[in-house]
Amino acid sequence: MSENGEEFGLNSHDVAPGVMDAPEHSIRAGVQGYLIGLGLAVLLTAASFGVVQTNQIWPPAIPIALVVLAVAQIGIHLVFFLHITTAPDNTNNILALAFGILIVALVVGGSVWIMYHLNENMMPMHQVIPAQPS
Amino acid sequence: MSTADIVHRDIDPYKLGHGHAGDFGGGHDYATGQGEGGPASRRVITGFGFWIFLLSDIVMFSCFFAAFAVLRGGTAGGPTGRELFETWRVAAETAFLLASSFAAGLAAVATSVRSHFWTQAFLGVTGVLGACFLFLEAQEFASFIAQGASPQHSAFLSAFFAFVGCHGLHVTLGLLWLGTMMAQVYVKGFRVSILHRLLCFNLFWHTLDIIWVAIFTVVYLMSGVP
Repeated sequence: MSENGEEFGLNSHDVAPGVMDAPEHSIRAGVQGYLIGLGLAVLLTAASFGVVQTNQIWPPAIPIALVVLAVAQIGIHLVFFLHITTAPDNTNNILALAFGILIVALVVGGSVWIMYHLNENMMPMHQVIPAQPS
Repeated sequence: MSTADIVHRDIDPYKLGHGHAGDFGGGHDYATGQGEGGPASRRVITGFGFWIFLLSDIVMFSCFFAAFAVLRGGTAGGPTGRELFETWRVAAETAFLLASSFAAGLAAVATSVRSHFWTQAFLGVTGVLGACFLFLEAQEFASFIAQGASPQHSAFLSAFFAFVGCHGLHVTLGLLWLGTMMAQVYVKGFRVSILHRLLCFNLFWHTLDIIWVAIFTVVYLMSGVP
C-alpha cells in the first residue's frame, strides 16, 4: 500500500488513484514461480497418464487416484499460474473461488448422484425393449 | 495546486468518506482485520472482475462436465471412448496446452519488466503452441466423424463433442484475443489499459488449462479405465 501513498503525492496529478502499480522488477522471482508451477504440473500430468498405463494398481482405485491428481494439479495452476494466494489483496478472489467451487460441486456432484440413483431404479433395458411396439 | 484539487477541497474539506488523510481521497483507510488498507489498486479490481467472469465460465463448463459424466455410458451401441481415444494425442494436446500456459506466464514476467521484445516473443510462442493444440483437436474431431462417430450418433458422443468442443471454441477465441493483444502492444505500447488487458488474457489462458486438466482426466483417461 505504501507505493499507492507515494503516487498521491507530488508527481501524479494526471492519473486516477490506484491506476499505476509499481512494476515487479525481479525477473528471476517471476520466472522461478512459473518454472516451479510447470515442473509440478508436468509431474502430476505424467503421474495421471502413468496411473492409467500401468497395471500395477488395483483397477477400482484408478479413478480416485486420477481425481486426486487432477485436483492437485488444478491447485498448482491456481497458485503458480493464476496467483491466487492468501495475501490480503486476494481475499475477494478466494471468496469468489470458494463460491465457484460450491456451485461446481453442486452441479457436478448433484447431477452424478441423482442420475446414478435414477439409473439404479430404472427397469433393466432387456425388460423394457420387448414391451415397446416395434 | 490543480483546479481539481481546489474544487475537491471546497466540496469536501474534511475528506469524509475518503479515508483519514491524503489528497484525492487516497489516504490510508483501515481495512477490518487487515491493518492498513485503502482503496484497492485498479489492477486488483480489474483482476477480480475478470476472475468473477472466469468463475462463471467455469460454472458453465461444469454443466457440460456434469452432462458428460451422466451420459458417458450412453453409447447406443456405437463406439465407446475406449475405442476412439488415442493416448498419444491426448498427451500431446496436454503438453502443448501446458507449455502454452507457461509461455503466457513468461510473457507476463516480460511485461512486468516492460520488455517489448520478450513480451511479443512469448505471446507468439503461446499462440503457436495453442494453435498446435487446436490443430490436434480439430484433427481428432474430423477423424471421429469420418469413422461415423459423429455427435448425432449417441448421447455419449453428443456430450463429448459439446464439452470438448466448447473448450476448443474458448481456445480459438483466446487465440483471436491473443493476436489482438499482440497488435495492441505493438501499436499502443505498455499503457495502463493494455497492461490490464494482458493481465486478463493471462488469467483467461491459464483458466483454459485448468479446464483442460478436468477434461483430460475425466473424458480421456477415465474412459481408458476398465
